[in-house]
Amino acid sequence: MLKIKNKFNTERDISGCGLCGIINAKKVKTNGSDIKKAISVEHDRGNGLGGGFAVYGNYPDYADIYAFHIMYDNLSAKTDVEEYLRNNFIVEKEEPIPTFKTSKIYDHPYLHRYFIKPKSDRQDKLFHELEDDDFVVNSVMLINQNYDGAYVFSSGKNMGAFKGVGYPEDVADFYRLEEIEGYMWTAHNRFPTNTPGWWGGAHPFTLLDWSIVHNGEISSYGINKRYLEMYKYNLALRTDTEVITYILDLLIRKHKIPVRLALTVLASPFYQKIDKMENDKKKLFTALRQVYGSALLNGPFAIVFGYSGGMVAMNDRIKLRPLVAASNGDFTYVASEEAAIRAVCQSPDMVWSPKAGDPVMVEFDDIKEKASLKGGLLSL
Amino acid sequence: MMTIDAAGIHYKELNRLIREGIANGVKKFFIENVNGQYYIGDGIKGDDVVININGTPGNDLGAFMDGPTLTVNNNAQDNVGNTMNAGKIIINGDAGDVVGYGMRGGRIYIRGNAGYRVGIHMKGYNEQLPVIIIGGKVGSFFAEYMAGGVIVLLRLEDDDSDELDIDYFASGMHGGTIFIRKKIDFSKFSNEAELYEIDDKDAGFLKEYLTDFANSFNISIEEIYKKPFYKIVPSSARPYAHLYTSA
Repeated sequence: MLKIKNKFNTERDISGCGLCGIINAKKVKTNGSDIKKAISVEHDRGNGLGGGFAVYGNYPDYADIYAFHIMYDNLSAKTDVEEYLRNNFIVEKEEPIPTFKTSKIYDHPYLHRYFIKPKSDRQDKLFHELEDDDFVVNSVMLINQNYDGAYVFSSGKNMGAFKGVGYPEDVADFYRLEEIEGYMWTAHNRFPTNTPGWWGGAHPFTLLDWSIVHNGEISSYGINKRYLEMYKYNLALRTDTEVITYILDLLIRKHKIPVRLALTVLASPFYQKIDKMENDKKKLFTALRQVYGSALLNGPFAIVFGYSGGMVAMNDRIKLRPLVAASNGDFTYVASEEAAIRAVCQSPDMVWSPKAGDPVMVEFDDIKEKASLKGGLLSL
Repeated sequence: MMTIDAAGIHYKELNRLIREGIANGVKKFFIENVNGQYYIGDGIKGDDVVININGTPGNDLGAFMDGPTLTVNNNAQDNVGNTMNAGKIIINGDAGDVVGYGMRGGRIYIRGNAGYRVGIHMKGYNEQLPVIIIGGKVGSFFAEYMAGGVIVLLRLEDDDSDELDIDYFASGMHGGTIFIRKKIDFSKFSNEAELYEIDDKDAGFLKEYLTDFANSFNISIEEIYKKPFYKIVPSSARPYAHLYTSA
């Protein structure tokens, strides 16, 4: 029987995985066949125990409301969660997530999606005034923790995660990604070595619009977890990647730290480097390390992080996991292996290996224009 | 001569074809449409075997290789020449991380840049002398724990700054020689290895290898000699003898 709630007593997840990302800065959409082709080149980096994708721009008809993807162990869990959703959200549409029965994915939970917005007269208003985003985060945490057999694996606007146990190319067929269009895609091929491969443990990990695919091992998981729990994040999945998603949510959405600065919290420069910086910069980085020491990620990692404003790919500070980037016109590609990029873009304008801890950041052109109007952002 | 179209072929099948070819006496291979296949040329023997690779070969190219020559006409990925024993790997583009890990013989020539951890744990013994020459730049942890052999870092498109923009350069080095075309203050990287002017023996050695390197890529040798060479060697035979114990 499928166990969607992870009952295993495991503290972290050491993996040697593969990842890919494709973004078009002008928001030109492509279907899921390219990302599937790219990640399938990295087939041997995984072992069939987890594959997944995040896509942005795929729900234009419901772009202003939240799209919840939920997996259920059994139908009674579905009944219970739907009661919670109906009490607290206006459900504009709900349907099974379209799947294609392939012989490669033979054992899967019940997969359903809901296009919803929080009710203005919902019960929790009696106790506090939460913004919609905060209420959605609370609801995701609540369902994942308290509703046995149910797990929200996507909760953003105009984006969605599609993941499961299997090789990524089979997961892509299972979710019929060739029929889905988006302007940004990320993909993951999992090789779990310390925790079992289960549906909820596949990447990407998402919360609101944040999605993370990750190759590596966060050895600071314990510290990061305790820190996030102080801010009421519930770490139900017991895999290290989860902390990255929540740290970024905390830093960028709650604490309003610019994305580039938030990334320097995750992969902070070493103190010996900070010591050599000029005065203002030195003050800033010292302050960030002091305030957010518990949000620093230690251990080897390469991540691709998607959000409504764009995509970021980044390594740990001493580059213990592979990462290659390429650009071709308005497209930017990132992957664990150059061959994955070449499979979908044979002759890119530029191919490069990002330096350790130095993020590849691509913002959508419309976001960039807005930001430049605002101006005054601290340049690094 | 044997031509293999590698499009869509798994590395296991591709390597089987190469090994079969060598067993049948084929000396020259052209492998077309390579994209991401791992382990190409791993453990193969034969000093007169030459393999041309078109496309992007996958990780661990030429690992444990013992004699043949591999030429890559594009970029290569990670772990090129892992624990290689003899032969030659020529890469016309860039190489990924961990080039020549634990390499114990043979040569690796890279026209472009190489990634992090080039030549770590490289070693030599008696007549076994592994050599890596990089035309471009490298990442941090360059030659970490180097125990033998020779690495030449050319930085042909150098920015002329006095610094090398890498960290942990040759940390833990206790054997072998690194040649660079730049006089740097090496003490900021390590106290256990030191920078010296080259002597006649070094110059003779460099000339032989650099001529071969230049010919492999059609680079003029004058371009390479535009800047003077310096060498970095461990300051004693056992620089770390007293790291954990008193003298």
